[in-house]
Formats: sequence, C-alpha cells, structure tokens
Amino acid sequence: MALIELLDIEFRWPGNASPTLSIPQFSLQSGVHTFLHGPSGSGKSTLLSLLTGIQAPQRGSLRILGEDLSRMRAPRRDRFRADHIGYVFQQFNLLPYLSVLDNVMLPCQVSALRRQRAGDARAAAGALLETLGMQAHLHTPASRLSVGMQQRVAVARALIGRPELLIADEPTSALDADMRQRFVELLLANTHETTVLLVSHDHLLAQYFPCSLALGAINLPAEVPHA
Amino acid sequence: MLKLAWRSLLYRRLSVGLGVLSVALSILMLIGVERLREATHDGFENTVSGADLIVGARTGSVELLLYSVFRIGNATNNIGWDSYLALSRDPAVAWSIPLSLGDSHRGYPVLATSAAYFTRYQYGNHLPLHFSSGVPFAHAHDAVLGATVAHRLGYHLGDHIVLTHGSGEGAVYQHSDQPFTVTGILAPTGTPVDNTVHISLEGMTAIHMGWSNGSPSLLATTGILAQTDESAIPPPETITAFLVGLKSKAATFRYQRKVNQYSDEPLMAILPGVALSELWNLMHVAEEALRVISVFVIVIGLLGVLTALVTGLNERRREMAILRAIGLCAHSLFALMIGEALALVLAGIVCGMALLYGLQAGFQTTLQQTYGLSLPLAPPGAGEWLLLLATLVAGALIGVLPAWRAYRQSLHDGLEPH
Repeated sequence: MALIELLDIEFRWPGNASPTLSIPQFSLQSGVHTFLHGPSGSGKSTLLSLLTGIQAPQRGSLRILGEDLSRMRAPRRDRFRADHIGYVFQQFNLLPYLSVLDNVMLPCQVSALRRQRAGDARAAAGALLETLGMQAHLHTPASRLSVGMQQRVAVARALIGRPELLIADEPTSALDADMRQRFVELLLANTHETTVLLVSHDHLLAQYFPCSLALGAINLPAEVPHA
Repeated sequence: MLKLAWRSLLYRRLSVGLGVLSVALSILMLIGVERLREATHDGFENTVSGADLIVGARTGSVELLLYSVFRIGNATNNIGWDSYLALSRDPAVAWSIPLSLGDSHRGYPVLATSAAYFTRYQYGNHLPLHFSSGVPFAHAHDAVLGATVAHRLGYHLGDHIVLTHGSGEGAVYQHSDQPFTVTGILAPTGTPVDNTVHISLEGMTAIHMGWSNGSPSLLATTGILAQTDESAIPPPETITAFLVGLKSKAATFRYQRKVNQYSDEPLMAILPGVALSELWNLMHVAEEALRVISVFVIVIGLLGVLTALVTGLNERRREMAILRAIGLCAHSLFALMIGEALALVLAGIVCGMALLYGLQAGFQTTLQQTYGLSLPLAPPGAGEWLLLLATLVAGALIGVLPAWRAYRQSLHDGLEPH
C-alpha cells in the first residue's frame, strides 16, 4: 500500500516565475526505508515542506495515509503532521532549556493520538532512548549533549507515539564519517514498523537503504532553467 | 504547553527579568504618584479640618483662605474685636479661635491667637495639635514654634527670639525691646502650622503698644512698655480672622448668612472645605502634568518589554522551527507570544505593586510625620484597578507586534530557519 502518493503536483514560491516543483507522479510504499538523493537547490526543502504540510501545492493531489493534504487548511495539516510525522533536522533539533527526556516527550504534548499510542509517555521515551544508547543522559539538559547525541535524541522524539512516517532532512551532515554510519544503522534498526524517508546530498548513504531515488528523476519542471 | 513556555522564559531570564523590572518600576511610579497625588489632595483639603467656618473681612474666599490658613499674602481689612466678640457669642457657636497676623520672625509668619488654638485646631483626619516638647504659651511674651521653624532655625525651649514688625522686604523694625521666650514646640503636621510662630493676643498687643502708623514711638523703643503688668494689657482692637466650630453642622448656613449680613462692618464666612477645593483646582495643571508623565513612564516600561521580546525573536527562530516540526500551528505560536507578553506585564504589575506596598509600609510613618500625608496600606481602589487593567491590555497589544513577526517568520521559515 502506498503511504505517500503525489499526483500532478506543482508548487511555485510566491514571486517566482517558474515552479520549483513539478512532480507528475511519486509514491512511497508503506514500511519501506527510502533514500532520496538531491543536491542542494534541487527543490529538496520545498518537497519536504509539502510532505510535512508546512506548504500546500498550488496544483495536484498530495495524499498521505489516504488523506489529501492539498485540500486541508493549514491548522489541519499542522495537526496531521503532529499525529503522523516524525521529523529530524540536520542539527539543532532540541529545545536547549528542556532535559533530554522532556524533549523526547514533546510530540505527546501536541498530539493526543501520539500520547495515546505512547501510553506512559515517560516510560516510552525512556525505552526509546535506551535502544538508542542514551539511557545515561535522560535528565541531562539538551544543551550539554554532543551533536551526535542530539541527533539520536531527535530520532527518539520523531519515533515516540509511533507516527507512520519519519522524515529526516540531512540528519548526518553535522556528523563525522564514523558517526554517520553508526547513526544511519541505529536509525534503520529502530524503525522496522515505520516508513522512513531520508533526504541527503550524500550518495554514500544510499547503500544502507533498500530503495533509493534521485529527486531529479521525479521532479520534472516543464521549463528547466539552466543552472 | 504552559510548562514549556515557562521553561523558555526561564532560559531567557536576563532579558525577561529586565523587561519585568521595567514594567514593575513604571507601575510603581504610576500607582505611587497617583497615591501620593491623592494623599496630597486629601492632606490639602484637610489643612484645616475641625472648623466649620472661617470668618474674615469681606474679600475673595480663596484670598481669605490663603492669608488665614496658609499665611500667604496680607489681609486688606481686619475685623473689629467687638464684632468678633458679638459673633463668637452666638448660641450656635461651640468654640472660636481668633487669628491675628502681620508680624514675622526671620521670614516665618507670626500668628497671635488664643489658648483655644492648641485644643480646638484640627488638621488631617481630625488630628489635634501635639507638642513635641514644652507647653502652650501662658504669658504675654511666650512663643510656641511650629516644627519646621524650630528645626530650621535650631531653636530649643527657653531660647529668646525677637519678632519683626510686618513681613517681607519692607519689614525693618524689630520688636527688640520685647523678646519672646520659646515655651513649646509643636509636632510636625505637614500643614502651614509647621511654619508658624505662635504667640498670644496679649503678646501681639504688648509689642505694638505705643506704635502708630506702622513705626514705633519713642516710648516704645525705650523698653519701658515691656515691663507692663500683663493684667493691664487691653484686648486687641482688631484681629485678622477667626475660625468657628459650631455645635451643630445644621446651623452652618444660618450662621454663614448671619456673618455675611453683619451690619457693623463688611464680613464674610467661608466653608474651609469648599475654599480648599477651589484652591486645589487652581493647581489642576500641575496635577495633569503629573498624570501625563506617569502615562509616559508606563509607555516606556512597556517598550522595554517589547524590546526584550522583539530582539529575542531572531535567536528563537530555531525554537519556533522545532515547535512547528512537532506540529504546533502558526496560530499557536502567535498565541504563545501574546501570552508571553501578557505574562511579563502581569509579572511586572505584581512586582511593581509588591514594591509599592513594601515602600509604603516602610515610609508610612515618615510621610505622615514630615509631610502630613496619610498613605494607608489599602487594597487598590477602583481607579487603580482600572489603571492596572489598562496596562495589562496595553501589554497584550504590544504583544501583537512580536507575535505577528513570529507568525510571519514561522510561515516563511517553515522547518528551515535561516
């Protein structure tokens, strides 16, 4: 079953002459770990802001879990994101004034669905942090962690309350080479029931994923401006 | 979510704390000035509080009040002693205090009066005069000093003082033949009483014996008259004004009419409260100026909060993006920012009021004793609640700017702050 299904999508930033994204068709199967390769400037951020419901396409249908985000108003898309999508940033994922545990529990404060699925949020957060090797740092202020640790805490937060989709935007680019491999392995080992979409410009990551795509192959703007 | 907002504020405690402080200080200023103004007003309206009427020669009511109570300016006409006796013996009169002015001592006015002054005169909330040391005058050449006179000129009981004939620049003749002895010093009242040298009517008569047309005769300068037997001092020919206490307030207007229609000489009686209000209204402009200043201080305090919030926004783009990523909508960020501004202003108001009550408790006694201002530790009045509420609403309004910017910023940034 397709978890994500894009059809005839067109998105243009206000003030731009040509659309940044023009995707005739793109789908992502449920439960599959996908690597999406895209160099910077290829519309990667734009695609992610559509998939997370921050922006809505001007044309086409964007279905996630069977629901059409392009027909939802902004607050509903935000609620949808809170309920069904875990997100990992490149870096600075955590609120510096909260402990590691409180950072991980954040989505349960915003989404009733994830709070319900997590059961005891504190226990669920503790368990996730343990599988990610962070059990020694539950009460550490987030600002004291190394970058590698912060990224692992971000994964725990993206996974709490079992959202169906985890999106990671260049999650390894702030890590050094050794850490990158370990991070990706840890991420994939803990997401057997989750659909993962990892976006990066780093080709080397493709080897860990069963499915890998280039953004250039799905994004086909009608008039391509020569770079 | 509240806990989250609280932790975020704590994390920025320096700028947040300064914002709260600026509101607290401006609230302290606003409400403090308002309370001082009211206390001053009340104190002023109660400069004389026991007397039902002030009687003097016919003139303007504010003028009569100014020279009889505030010792400012001079009476154009006096009251004959006979008229005083006739009017003070009216059956409606409970007591009367004759006042005779004109002389001075080193710039301070001299008031000749009767012993009733020390028992009947009241100021403030019906407070009688107290002696901080000594006793009322008993002899013709005794003097009782107001607190300020004694303090500024460094006088003590038993000191001898010489009065000057007249007051102001034209006062050149000294009553040096008849010095007065300080027998009493009054406690501070915060009224013109503090600036007054009190002597008896007999003393006033004695020092002017043998004077004519405002200068001493040869006889008066020799000092012989100073030896006059006190029992031989006649009553004064005239006095400046007198205060009247009636047995019943109901008789006030009847008695006032009687004075105003007195046939032997043109007199008038005024209600001190009414005349004091008239005089206070003359100072309306100063009062308005104070109010305007207070409002500006509040505006500046709120601008302090605005600065703290707006400058913090850029550093908080990351925070906003994270909150957006976990599913908070842009409207919630807007509400969060407004809530933050409200919380800061509310905290400022609470701190400011706490500070005000603390200061009031600390300086209550001093203010009462030195300036005659009574500032009781009462809960805020309706007007004050209104001011506080207005400040809070203004706080919510200034919160709109950072909230709007945060909202726009979060829509623009999405999950990618730059």
